[in-house]
Amino acid sequence: MNIRFGDRLFKGIAYVFGALILILFLMMIIKLYQGSGATIAEYGFSFIFGSEWSPYNDVFGAWPFIIGTIVSSLLALLIAAPISIGIAIYLVEVAPKWIRTPVGFMVELLAAIPSIVYGLWGIFILAPFVRNHIAPIFTETLGTKIPLFAGPSYGVGLLTAGIVLAIMIIPTIASISREVIRTVPDSQREAAYALGATKWEVISTSVLTYARSGILGAMIIGLGRAIGETMAVTMVIGNAAKIPQSIFDPAYTMASVIANEFTEATSNLYVSALIEIGLLLFFVTIFVNVIARLLVWSVSRGTQEVK
Amino acid sequence: MGIEVKNLNAWYGDLHAIKDINLSIPKNQVTALIGPSGCGKSTFLRCLNRMHEVIEGTKVTGEILVDGENIYGTNVDPVTVRYRIGMVFQKPNPFPTMSIFDNVAAGLKLNGMRNKKQIREIVERSLEAAGLWDEVSDRLDKNAMGLSGGQQQRLCIARTLAVNPEIVLMDEPTSALDPISTHKIEELVHSLKENYTIVIVTHNMQQAARVSDNTAFFLNGEVIEYNTTKHIFSNPSDQRTEDYITGRFG
Amino acid sequence: MANQSLSARKAKNVTMISLTVIGTLLALIPLFSIFAYVLTRGLPAINIDFFTQLPKPLGEEGGGMVNAIAGSIIVVGISGLIGIPVGIMSGIFLSEYGRNRFGRSISFLTDVLLGVPSIVVGIFVYVLLVLAMGGFSAYAGGIALSILMIPAVTRTTEEMLKLIPSHIREAGLALGLPKWRVTLFIVLPSALRGIVTGVMLAIARVMGETAPLLFTAFGNRYWHASLNDPIATLPVQIFTYAISPYKEWQAQAWAGALTLIVIVLIFNILARVITYRKNH
Repeated sequence: MNIRFGDRLFKGIAYVFGALILILFLMMIIKLYQGSGATIAEYGFSFIFGSEWSPYNDVFGAWPFIIGTIVSSLLALLIAAPISIGIAIYLVEVAPKWIRTPVGFMVELLAAIPSIVYGLWGIFILAPFVRNHIAPIFTETLGTKIPLFAGPSYGVGLLTAGIVLAIMIIPTIASISREVIRTVPDSQREAAYALGATKWEVISTSVLTYARSGILGAMIIGLGRAIGETMAVTMVIGNAAKIPQSIFDPAYTMASVIANEFTEATSNLYVSALIEIGLLLFFVTIFVNVIARLLVWSVSRGTQEVK
Repeated sequence: MGIEVKNLNAWYGDLHAIKDINLSIPKNQVTALIGPSGCGKSTFLRCLNRMHEVIEGTKVTGEILVDGENIYGTNVDPVTVRYRIGMVFQKPNPFPTMSIFDNVAAGLKLNGMRNKKQIREIVERSLEAAGLWDEVSDRLDKNAMGLSGGQQQRLCIARTLAVNPEIVLMDEPTSALDPISTHKIEELVHSLKENYTIVIVTHNMQQAARVSDNTAFFLNGEVIEYNTTKHIFSNPSDQRTEDYITGRFG
Repeated sequence: MANQSLSARKAKNVTMISLTVIGTLLALIPLFSIFAYVLTRGLPAINIDFFTQLPKPLGEEGGGMVNAIAGSIIVVGISGLIGIPVGIMSGIFLSEYGRNRFGRSISFLTDVLLGVPSIVVGIFVYVLLVLAMGGFSAYAGGIALSILMIPAVTRTTEEMLKLIPSHIREAGLALGLPKWRVTLFIVLPSALRGIVTGVMLAIARVMGETAPLLFTAFGNRYWHASLNDPIATLPVQIFTYAISPYKEWQAQAWAGALTLIVIVLIFNILARVITYRKNH
């Protein structure tokens, strides 16, 4: 079949740009892998579980950062998920029409604030607030018996990082959940109303059940954001390369150790260790995002089939 | 410029939509394609200017000779075919970001015509031929989406005429329009056959009777009957044609 | 008995509905707090010098961030020059040629790239360019930001092009126009407003990025001599000042934050105005 030269050329160019995405992705893996050659040769898999990070002795293990990342992100999710789902329900099911747009806009505005501004607000405003007002509530009660809540609080630490991260991922989780809840067909709601259900019963039985996996997907996308977030966390987590015992302890995340120490790294092994942490972070966020997309897709597929 | 269709078959994936059609469409006449929905009349029309293959997973076999040349021949460029055989669609589809003038001029400009004076002349002539000039001559620079549905459809006809095709295909061009707009388009079809060969798909049998010289009745991807319109509507030879035009099914 | 359970159900209804309201308010508190503090702490430190002077050495009063503000514009400009055309072309690929296995994988990888932490992009560009070119540079910073921009622009372009109904494409093809002209001169302009909105949001996002610049653009207390040199940027400058122990630097950090927020908001609002006008 005779297809015009212009069309063939354009198609070729389009394919090249499509392939560029693939090349970028592969190059990232290859370059980060090459950059971490020294630590991979030195430690192998034990790098991941090594709990000593001592640049002075040229000994490197990623475990404290992995723990710091997991705990701070889960803490963030724990705080953000109920609030975000509340916002999504409020904006779709409860709020009067004239409130939806401005409040929705304000929640989305949270996503527009740069990470560095969150960090600035975090160290100067939130950290003292946590030290003086939030921490005592826990350290003076539960903290006396349970080490997880024990003091002292320096202001900067895991909980403060968790709160800042929570604020940052609320708009993500809220807006995706909102979209998912919106796709719930009205017939679902009407069916429950027709049975004499209260508004909350309608929401909890038909709406939330229907939107369940989509909301879970939104939470996981939020978790992915929290795992990779760098500046704000770096500024409020306290930067201590040891495994935290209490939520008020200073800690370190994978992203923040790279941000803080990369330009100071002196030995080859040190640089390589930081790059390998970056590679691990890359794999973790890929994994988390893949799971989340699959969940969100499964929901949108479902509604398309109905249509 | 007549059209000679030989052993035409067309598929959507596994669905055999057009089954071995042979048909001869005479020059400077209006030929109507009628039949119940899903009978293949629109698919057949889209085969006539190679628009069928635009949809993914479709296939066409057979020959369509225009002026003796097979438009499905190995060295034929589908883009050139469409340049010679224009098409008007079911729903008016002006280009949404363009003005009335630019809509009509789009085919010329994007095919490389640079002479502004010549473009202006052709746009004016095409709008006149489409019976729209008097209504829009004072607002050619306004967005085309501001026109009514009937005006938009006549604009699309003007856009098609501007590239000076030899054949104009119309796919249920009035199905989205009100009766007055429909009437205008039908009059237009009548006046256009002086210069163009027209093939029109319609689900409206009165329309076919009003505008066409020949009518082909499609059913399940086959042509059941093809004859002059007069003959088909007064004395159909096939029982199924009679059932359809008397409204017994469809 | 039945009445009692009904009143219990109603009480639960009111409680849960109120909780959704409380959740919404809870999220708005930090928003107002951040804006209030950035304004009250940033405004006093903002003056003509802030926008016209270089940073003063430690201990001297005054000084500004003019090099960082200009640097941010330059670095974001470089990223836009690369990221916008590449993103639009990749988006065209996904929307117009991507309905096959390869296209679907690229679409999936675009999602993956959207989720890659910006700090990872930073080290990637460090390994790829800074090591190779022998130093930090405005180019490296711009390329790092463009890598963040590409998937965002690709995704918006794809989505906006897919919103253009197929009958518009068919109308173009039926005029005897080749597909590439239909795509570039009919379909793309029809989607342009949506794409511009997406591009604005992408610019707003990379404008505030700090992490990918730390070891690419690095930073500079003076004017950059050329684009091959380290260059100051607003977010990195704010970071440096914020974690410093000096009061006057911290005050400048707040002023920088205010400037940054205003710039980012302008882009966000412009983007909204464009979509708003489209819908009305």
